[in-house]
Order: sequence, then C-alpha cells, then structure tokens
Amino acid sequence: MFYREAGDFKASYVEDSQTFPIKFDRYRYYAVLALAFGVIPFLVNDYWVNAILLPFLIYAIAAIGLNILVGYCGQVSLGTGGFMAVGAYACYKLMTAFPEISMFIHVLLAGGITGLVCVLFGLPSLRIKGFYLAVATLAAQFFLVWLFNRVPWFYNYSASGQINAPEREVFGIIITGPHAPAWATYMFCLIFLTFCAIVARNLTRGTQGRSWMAIRDMDIAAEIIGVNPMKAKMTAFAVSGFFVGISGALFFSVYLGAVEVGEAFGINKSFLVLFMVIIGGLGSIFGSFAGAAFLVLLPVVLKVVGVDMLGWPTDIVAHFQLVIVGALIVTFLILEPHGLAQLWRVTKEKLRLWPFPH
Amino acid sequence: MTLKLTTLALSALMAAGPAMADLVFPDLSYRTGPYAAGGIPFSDGYNDYFTLVNERDGGIGGVKARVIECETGYNTEKGVECYESTKGEGALVYQPLSTGITYQLIPKVTADGIALHTMGYGRTSAANGKVFSNVFNYPANYWDGASGVINHLLEENGGDLNGKKVALVYHNSAYGKEPIRTLEELGKKHGFELSLLPVDHPGQEQKSQWLQIRRQQPDYVVMWGWGVMNQVAIQEAANIRFPMENFIGVWWSGSDHDVIPAGAKADGYKAVTFHNVGDDFPVFDDIQTHVVDKGLAAGAGDQIGKVAYNRGMYAAMLAVEAAKTAQEIHGTAEIDAAMMIDGMEGLELTAEKMTALGMQNFGPAFNVSCENHGGPGLVGVTQWDADTQTWSLISGFNPTDSDVIGALVAEDSASYAAENNIEERCN
Repeated sequence: MFYREAGDFKASYVEDSQTFPIKFDRYRYYAVLALAFGVIPFLVNDYWVNAILLPFLIYAIAAIGLNILVGYCGQVSLGTGGFMAVGAYACYKLMTAFPEISMFIHVLLAGGITGLVCVLFGLPSLRIKGFYLAVATLAAQFFLVWLFNRVPWFYNYSASGQINAPEREVFGIIITGPHAPAWATYMFCLIFLTFCAIVARNLTRGTQGRSWMAIRDMDIAAEIIGVNPMKAKMTAFAVSGFFVGISGALFFSVYLGAVEVGEAFGINKSFLVLFMVIIGGLGSIFGSFAGAAFLVLLPVVLKVVGVDMLGWPTDIVAHFQLVIVGALIVTFLILEPHGLAQLWRVTKEKLRLWPFPH
Repeated sequence: MTLKLTTLALSALMAAGPAMADLVFPDLSYRTGPYAAGGIPFSDGYNDYFTLVNERDGGIGGVKARVIECETGYNTEKGVECYESTKGEGALVYQPLSTGITYQLIPKVTADGIALHTMGYGRTSAANGKVFSNVFNYPANYWDGASGVINHLLEENGGDLNGKKVALVYHNSAYGKEPIRTLEELGKKHGFELSLLPVDHPGQEQKSQWLQIRRQQPDYVVMWGWGVMNQVAIQEAANIRFPMENFIGVWWSGSDHDVIPAGAKADGYKAVTFHNVGDDFPVFDDIQTHVVDKGLAAGAGDQIGKVAYNRGMYAAMLAVEAAKTAQEIHGTAEIDAAMMIDGMEGLELTAEKMTALGMQNFGPAFNVSCENHGGPGLVGVTQWDADTQTWSLISGFNPTDSDVIGALVAEDSASYAAENNIEERCN
C-alpha cells in the first residue's frame, strides 16, 4: 500500500533518476525536511539542543563521512577521532586568525583541510588492506592527538592546552559561544548536515560511488574493468575527511565550545563513530542517521528512565547503560548484520505489500 | 508496563512539583570510569553534608537543600548534558570536580548567571573576580598548590633549592598542565631545574615515565595526577625504590585510595592540602547520628573520613555557608542563583563559625570579596603513614608565593578578558 510505484509515472530521465523515485518516500522526505527546518527550531530549548539535537546532528555528519570510507569504499578507518580533531583545530586557528569571516566559510575550510590530511594518511591504503590499514589509521589517530597536545601553535600557546571557541556570528546571529541562541546553533548544524547528506547521497549513487563500491567489493576485479584504484581510494579518503572535518569543527565550535584534544577526540571517539556506522548500516546514508540517533539517544533515554523516573542511583544507571548498549550492539550484529538501515529496508518492503502479502 | 511507566512519570512529576521551592545544589559526580576512585568519596561527602544540614538543622535557613546527582563519568559531553538538564531546576551553584568540564562551563554559567565553584581545581585565574564574575575557586588553587609544594621543599632544604632537580609527573590534560607555568617561574626564582613528564589519559601506563625518572635521578618528584593514575604512579615509584618522602602530590593525588594499593611501600608519601584530614572532628559525630544511623548515607557509606570525602564535605559546607550569607544579605530564605553569587562574594568564614559547625581548624578562616574569588591560598602538607593507614598534617597552613602567583593570575585573566571582551568589574 505504501511505497508503491504503481500510478507514479515518470516522463523524463531527470524524474526517473531522482533521489527518492517513489512518491510516498519523496513526500515523507519533504515532510521530514519541513519538520526539521520549519517546526523544530520554534520548539527547542537549551536542553534539547545541547544535550540531544546537536550531538545527533554532528555525529550524523561524522557517521556519513566514515560510512563513505568504510561502508562504500571498504577502507577500514580507526582514525575518525584524530580527523575530527584536525577539523576542530583547523576551525579554531581560522576562527582566531580571521574573526570577521563567516563561520560557514571557516567550517567548510576546516573540512577541506581535514580532507587533505585524510588523503595523506590514506596513502598507505594503496599498498595495505583490511586490518593492516586499520592499524595504519590507528597510528594517524594517535599521531594527530599527540601533535595537537605537543605543538603549542595549534592551541595558540594557551597555558592549559585547551582551545576555546570565541564568539562568532553568521549574518549577525551569534553561532558560537555561550550567548548563541539554541535555535541558531541547531539550524547551523542542520544546514551542514542537510548539505553533507545530499552531497553524499548524490556522490554515492553516481559514477564516483560506483567506483568506490567496485573497489570495496573486489579491488582486483574493479581494476580489471577499468576503475582506477588510486583515484577511487584517494577520493574516498578526501570526501570522508571533508565530512569528518566538518563534524569535528562543529563539535568543537558550536557544541562543546572548549575542547581538550585527548579527552574529546581520543580513540573512544573513533570507535563510537565506527559503532554508529556499523549499527546504522554500512553503505547507507540513512544508516548513518539511524546509527547516530541510536547511540546519542540511547544513553539519554536510559538516564531519564533510570535516574529521573525510577530514581535509581546514578552509578547503577551508568553501569547499566554500558551493559545495555553493549548487549544491543551484540544483538544487532547477530540478528541484523546489515544494521538499522536493513531493518528500514525490510519495513519498506513489508509496507509495500501490506495489507495483502503473498 | 506502559501504565506503570506513566504512573512512575506522573509520580516523579508530582514529587518534583512542590520541591521547586528547595535550594537546589546539583552534584555533577562520577561514580564510574577511571576517575571514580576520587569521584565517589567526594560526591558522598558532598551529599552527606547536605543530608546532615536537612536532618539536623531542617535545611538552610529553614529551606531544605536538594541535591540532584548527575553522572558525568569525567566526560565533558556528559557534563554538558548534566548541566543543561539541571540548570532549569533552579540550580544555585555547580561543582563539577573536573577541570575539563569547568572550562566548558565557565562561559555557560556566566551567560546563565549561575555560580561555579571549583575548589582547588578548574581555571586558576578565576581567582580574579574582576574578570570572572561567576566563577570561584576559594580557598586555594592549583598555583597555590604548586607554590606550596616548592615552599615545603625550600623548608626542607634550608631555603635553598639551587641546582636541585624536580620532576613533574602530570596528567596530560588541562588539569595537569595548569601548574607548569608556576613551577617554571618558581624554578627561575629559586634556581631548581624542572623536567616535565606527561602521562596520557587515563594513566595506567607509566613505565616509560618512571624509567626516565630512574635515569634522571631527580631530587624530588611532584605529581599532578587524578584517578587511577595516582595509584599507578605511587606503585611505580615504589618499584624503582624512589624515596617516598621526596615524592609530593597535589591534593588530588593525596587520598587514601591512592596510597593503599601500594601497601607498606607507600609509607612516607606526601601531598599538599588546603583542608584538614582525618575524622577527629565533632561534625563526624553529627554525620553518624543524623545521616549514617538513619540510613541516609550516600553511596556505600564506607568513605566517611577519607581525604576526598572530607573535601566533598568541605565543599558542601562552603556552599551552605555561602547560601546562609546570601539569605542574610537579601533577607529571604528562598534565594536564587544571582543571590547565591552575592552570598559567595560576601562569604566570611571565621574560626568561630567553623567551631560552631563542629569543624574547628578544618580549613583556614578567610573572606571572599568581589575582587578576590580565590581565597587566601593557604596550603599545608600531609603525609601518609602506611602502618596506621592514616594521613596526618605535618605542617600548618602556610601562605604561598603571592608575588609569582598574583602576576600569573593577572596575566592569564587579562588574556581571557581580552579574548572575550570582558570589562573589569568591582571598580
């Protein structure tokens, strides 16, 4: 009944190759966009934005970035935390060096710089694969964190080694710093997420995405049919780095405001984003959203239920969180190895036949 | 199940409804993770003192205190979540017990008009009330701690540290880096040679640092550690047979749980402190009668009298006294966050007050003012006795090098003011 092609006629190639070819799906997508841009900004308060929405939006960008690398191109990366740190520190240096320039440009430039760094650390991927590549990116993670801790130029020689986001504006509206209104920070991140998701979606369903997927599925075969492995891998690293850099820049400047590299961008962050991608679904843009939402919301929900409703001691709830999140990850990997995105796909198939399944 | 949850939610709402008139003190604690060893006793002490005030005195000026505990795990992201979820409850003062979270909260509390009390941690230059309107770090800060350590070494060496080698083992974070500037300045002043040995989070791996210490043979090792890092460092020092009496930690590296794992080998280890240790104070009898015997003790109730517990209790006591001061200033029992800041700035902690609270000589007597949010900066030294399993104060609370610290505070707060376009207050 839902998600049916019947009666949905396409009269041109453009119509036929659009992102959401099924009418119901398309309207649902427009509805979500309208809700996110037109309704939520008027309803949110500080708590919703700072505790739930901002982390979700920012992690979703990071997950999209990593998904391109791991899910689409098949290059395992454990350096996400380090690359987010590059984005954050690039953004910090740009913000403090050119205060009058719009934050939009700073964040995009930070993404670009991270893309370059990511390509540099992606070079070994031309020679090594799989677990060995994971170890090489792990080295990037530790090297980058060490670098930002070691070289005072990156944190403008501040005594504590922390970076603090000064107040910056976009079109006269404060975006960073404590006086930024909740809706503005939300909108700022939402615009970046929408932009990243659209770019990623269109890249992955075009030539570029197909060459990534060819490399992922079998690199020798891909090479034989004419996919240039170097170009495919390097573009995957560059695009992935660009998105991850944007998320790092937003994570530091808009969300946290003050960052200490070892604590905020440690190896845990790399694993967190990797879990998001795996739970959400490798090779799916929707999966990146679902994975980010799952891992951001679950701890908050568990905390609200455990501490605020049931009145349990905070430490018990914190321990339960670890147990429950861990158990859910294992359960998911066993029952649905393709992640939440696959669940969504199955649901769509079912809804399409409903109420008359054959 | 749904019905049950709804009922629970409703009852939670009903319970929260009339409680809004309470004085709310959020406790951003951490009872999990690699820093829980220090977080648990501090939070227990903080909670127990408020319970004591509620049970014994019927609240602060007749209004009950309500502590909302929120688990941060020493993690800044969770700290933000905790701050945002509790600030709407009418929070009066935040004490996050984490330098990382403090850096995060300084701009936020300033924008929201809530006080932040970072007792012996956080951003040291917040002692300058002219720049930091909402942040307090009385009665002592990191730089007082650093200077206190050096003063103790000076005393041991007859006032001359020329040519001595001092190694600083520190947590490689904003917290651990705080004392470096002061120690460098003091090194120039007194002629000792400082070497820096960073330990990365969480600090379980310190073999290379201690190997370096073994090679360099420093005369003294100073430690700026927290959580599991302390235990490991003391164990490693014991392993290389470094003389414990030449190993001095800051107050965050000087609790019972830090030294006990190393057993008898930890005997003689020293740490600076800004409050007294042990449970030989009348207030502990009150805690026994009004809190423990009624079954209201926070956590497992096994931390009472430990160093970190005392510090949490001391922090709560200072908050309660500030709230009382605010009630006096504004003539109302139900104070809000802005009044609380006035109370903290007007806080006068006299020896008589401390005695009346059953905490005679527990900490120094001091006054806070609009300009000085840092207190007197008096620092004492404690030493661990492994046989009796007790810390004891081996010196009085002595003043620190205010020339060096004052200049650094002025410099650092001026740069913060310039970064954030803050005009000096209190003129």
